[in-house]
Amino acid sequence: MKSILVIWSFLSLVGTAAAAGGGYTLDRANIDGTDVESLQRGAKIFVDRCLSCHAADFMRYNRLTDLGLSTDQIKQYFIADSSVKVGDTMKNSIRASDAKKMFGVVPPDLSVVARSRGADWLYTYLTSFYKDEATTTGWNNRIFSNVAMPNVFWQEQGVMRVVHSSDSQEGYTLEYETPGAMSPSAFNRLMLDLTNYLVFMGEPAAEKRKKIGSLVIIFLILFAFMAWAVKREFWKDVH
Amino acid sequence: MLTPVMTWIDERFPMTKMVREHLTEYYAPKNFNFWYFFGGLAIVVLAIQILSGIFLTMHYKPDAEKAFASVEYIMRDVPLGWLIRYVHSTGASLFFVVIYLHMFRALMYGSYRKPRELLWIFGMVIYLCLMAEAFFGYLLPWGQMSYWGAQVIVNLFGAVPVIGPDLAIWIRGDYVVSDATLSRFFALHVIAVPIALLGLVVAHIISLHEVGSNNPDGIDIKKNKDPATGKPLDGIPFHPYYTVKDIFGLVVFLIIFAAIVFFAPEMGGYFLEHNNFIPADPLKTPAHIAPVWYFTPFYSILRAVPPMFGSQFPGVLAMGGAVVILFLLPWLDKSPVRSIRYKGPLFKSSLTIFVIAFLLLGYLGLKPTNIWGQIGGTDVATVVAQLCTALYFLFFLTLPIISRIDRTKVEPERVTL
Repeated sequence: MKSILVIWSFLSLVGTAAAAGGGYTLDRANIDGTDVESLQRGAKIFVDRCLSCHAADFMRYNRLTDLGLSTDQIKQYFIADSSVKVGDTMKNSIRASDAKKMFGVVPPDLSVVARSRGADWLYTYLTSFYKDEATTTGWNNRIFSNVAMPNVFWQEQGVMRVVHSSDSQEGYTLEYETPGAMSPSAFNRLMLDLTNYLVFMGEPAAEKRKKIGSLVIIFLILFAFMAWAVKREFWKDVH
Repeated sequence: MLTPVMTWIDERFPMTKMVREHLTEYYAPKNFNFWYFFGGLAIVVLAIQILSGIFLTMHYKPDAEKAFASVEYIMRDVPLGWLIRYVHSTGASLFFVVIYLHMFRALMYGSYRKPRELLWIFGMVIYLCLMAEAFFGYLLPWGQMSYWGAQVIVNLFGAVPVIGPDLAIWIRGDYVVSDATLSRFFALHVIAVPIALLGLVVAHIISLHEVGSNNPDGIDIKKNKDPATGKPLDGIPFHPYYTVKDIFGLVVFLIIFAAIVFFAPEMGGYFLEHNNFIPADPLKTPAHIAPVWYFTPFYSILRAVPPMFGSQFPGVLAMGGAVVILFLLPWLDKSPVRSIRYKGPLFKSSLTIFVIAFLLLGYLGLKPTNIWGQIGGTDVATVVAQLCTALYFLFFLTLPIISRIDRTKVEPERVTL
């Protein structure tokens, strides 16, 4: 028993302490990978709004069948270009050289962005744009300063601006200058759906993995009891 | 039914003889405890790595343009590819967990002492190969951490005086880590090192079965043999006793293995680093480059030693020395007893300090040097790492003296259960 404790403390030492933040706090993205409706809504926003500049080169359209969509539904609602096949990966419509000219950088591929950034970061990023005349796009972001990406959701979200505040950790807070077409809570809900989808796209097999995992572990636990019984039987004559 | 077949084989190959020598008539001490599971587990993990590796090789493309995408292809389009990949990545980390515990067992019970010096050396060479294998393999996903980790490690060879720069180019096959590096690391990872590993494991086991297993009491079971049969009184046949016991241990280990594979394959960014999901970009250096956790104790030692005469070489030497010094253990320990059970308070404290220093070095190696702030312009974490580096080496350097003057207890005649 003592030895197991030793190992456990060794493992937990290795496993503790998350990566340190960059001087800002992230909002928690309370998402649910089994919420199919949220994922479908997120997929629709992603295809309609993100895919014009960003690609998802590793994600095939027909993988959306994992979200309960039929191939016909995918063709009808998610693929606008008739030359694109349902088994193709998600390419963007903008050419890399044009994007470079327009934004100064090529917009990154978003297939696995959730795995490098994490859900909380993505959610906070998507909701943290504010107006800033000093930048070329006229937009800036609270957790990604001078980001090349404009606030594509400004019509839904409205326009936020910086208000200096000594109470806040960062020295400022964001406040509405102009309200958007959606209420703040509805907009946050929309961004949660998008974040949920990005997390799904980062690892489409994740939910299946957890399902199989539970069965594997139940089997192994039963196996462990049997193996223990066999061991005890064999070792009866060892004194 | 089987006898004529076995006779036919035995006349041509020493099948029955080998089964007897290594299983049914290999007498292992009956008092093995928890710490004796890890040797067998290491063999199983090696088998898991080879098997999952074979399937990954079928789909992976060792090409700088395609490597990252081929890993994602495995994760998405290959049936159960995600499982194969997670088994391999989890296996890599758990291999080191198992090997570190296996080595710690040897440290506690003096398993490296005469006549097991060569057994220990084979083990140490296996450990070196394993580090090489992990290092080569980590480049293959071609993410940012793969790329920059390899860049940093290869640059260490560049710090060697005179031949350094040429040596680094020779290893990379290019002036920077590139497609040439990826291709050769792939070849080394899937062919060269595994062959060496398998050969060394065979040598390790043959050598073990030649001298016999040590045990938690550190006493020789061959001293007390049954006068009639000539079998050790405290020994039991490896098969079936330890095979059934090890199967139980293996299943418990597999529960932990499966829990990680299915529920936490990234292990909070320690088994699969977050930044490694960004494709390698030779033009963008990440802000914080940390090796995977199993290398961090040695990485900490490297960082703790300040550059001297404008060269990183002293740090590189200290890091290399930290591994090499382990080879000398059989000759540094002069104690009249093998096991920690009968060693005195000096050794017990020394080993405890060593383990704490090693774990602290491992922890600090994961973090930037400024995590604990500064005092008078110096990073606190760097000073702690320097202290731990000194303690790490002091364990070995003081061992010849400590083991001679320590107040040891008398070893028992027979093993204790």
